Amino acid sequence: MDDILLLEAIERYLAGEMNANEREYFENLRKNTPEIDQMVVEHNMFLHQMEFYSQNWNLKQSLHLAHSKLLERGDVYEGGELSTRGKVIQIWNKYKRVTAIAASVGGVIALVISGLVMYFSPVVNGNQLEQLSKAIEVIKKNQQYQGNLINEVKSKIPENARLISGGSGFLIDTKGYIITNAHVLKGSGAIVVNSKGQEFKATIAHIDQERDLAILKINDPDFESPKSLPYSIRKAKTDLGEQVFTLGYPKNDIVYGEGYLSARTGYNSDSLSYQVQISANPGNSGAPVFNSNGEVIGILSTRQAQAEGVAFAVKSKNIYRMVDELKKSDTSLDKIKLSTHSVLKGLDRKEQINKVEGYVYYVKAFSKQ
Amino acid sequence: MKADTNEQALLKGLALNDSKSIETIYKDNFTMVQAFILQNNGSYDDARDIFQEAMIALYEKAQSESFVLTCQIKTYVYSICRRLWLKRLQQLGRYSNQIDSLDETVPVEDDLDIHEKRNAEFAIMERAMNSLGEPCKSLLEGYYLKKMGMQDLADEFGYTNADNAKNQKYKCLMRLKKLFFSQYNIGD
Repeated sequence: MDDILLLEAIERYLAGEMNANEREYFENLRKNTPEIDQMVVEHNMFLHQMEFYSQNWNLKQSLHLAHSKLLERGDVYEGGELSTRGKVIQIWNKYKRVTAIAASVGGVIALVISGLVMYFSPVVNGNQLEQLSKAIEVIKKNQQYQGNLINEVKSKIPENARLISGGSGFLIDTKGYIITNAHVLKGSGAIVVNSKGQEFKATIAHIDQERDLAILKINDPDFESPKSLPYSIRKAKTDLGEQVFTLGYPKNDIVYGEGYLSARTGYNSDSLSYQVQISANPGNSGAPVFNSNGEVIGILSTRQAQAEGVAFAVKSKNIYRMVDELKKSDTSLDKIKLSTHSVLKGLDRKEQINKVEGYVYYVKAFSKQ
Repeated sequence: MKADTNEQALLKGLALNDSKSIETIYKDNFTMVQAFILQNNGSYDDARDIFQEAMIALYEKAQSESFVLTCQIKTYVYSICRRLWLKRLQQLGRYSNQIDSLDETVPVEDDLDIHEKRNAEFAIMERAMNSLGEPCKSLLEGYYLKKMGMQDLADEFGYTNADNAKNQKYKCLMRLKKLFFSQYNIGD
């Protein structure tokens, strides 16, 4: 009971409801009894908290009220039943048929497109893996965006062709052989663009769906063969934790990213690839993964959809295997000589990028109509 | 861009919990946020939650004395919602492919930190309130949140007079304080 009286006194004191005598008496009490002083301070703080809480609580009530009011008036729509009083209902009645037709047409188109996509795309493990090639819409957007910039230079994409997908690729041989992912090359042909924006015609020399690798050959008089490649392609295994970096084209400009090798196997322990902790975006497919000595250790190909930063790279020794197999079956590829010497060792990262970026290409796949 | 006078008035209204201002801000900004959330893996309910959370953050900002909003309300609300939603997606482990939009945003991290700290404090109070049980909870809600008078409370809860209600209120308050301070560390 005493506690209650005291609490009441403190509350009245803090609210300024005491008269002068009472107040003086209480302040004296407070001065002489540290426990009471402590209680006053504590209660004051508590009341402040309570006041904040009250404001927050009341604001929430107001927000709920505002929300339901706007919902009823039709200013806000939440996909549920429409209010009979709203303006929206009138519009709905008016355009019901048009909407229904549009929706069904849309539905049919969506079905057709998804059917086509299912039919043409290679089997990837459900939604858990995302290939890093870019869909056509993204490229379209970029094309529009860049349209004005590249108007003067005529694109080398054939006029009646349609861009299908895009990704990255890099030279593995001075004669213009470029490696990229098989899933990047969805169409019938491709062009490649270097880091300066110069386009080259290319032909598809080989596609290996199983390893998800493909080789393009630049066939363009404008292409000048470099004397040598600055990086080598690593045959041996790479250790866990090795620092890696990549250069690719998730947008029209070349983009740098860095990370580390996080597992010796890829998705579902796939032994053809490594798991790399790196930020990868659509368009990074086919990009080289370098270690700090400037050796290519892999080709970035997919990422895990549910986990951030988890990407997978096809191991570089698969390039050797593929090229060796090819040489046996196709004599025109006899000339491919993979670069085994890196001149990037010991350079700082900026210089390495500087040396390498000219050999990483933006791959644009198209199909003729 | 400095908020114009009209927006300043709206924010003042919001700070005072004025229903007209709240409705106006709500109406002007909700659809934009809803579209953003729906586009990025969210539901209608998510949109409402996130938007109201942003309104509370804006309210807290509008209340502080040193308050200046250096951009339009729209930009600020959008920035907060975007940030909150990204965070929510991350917590849910739903990886969103790319939240890309070219809308203008402003840095809101500091404001959100303050907001989150406050939220944590409210959560303590809310938990304490909820574990009180009836009639204590309703009685204290009536007095401290709805700001009802003692006589009204006595009538509503069937106490014979205001003094009885007051006594009951203090009993409840003591229990609430105990619950509250068992989790809230002074000086933290």
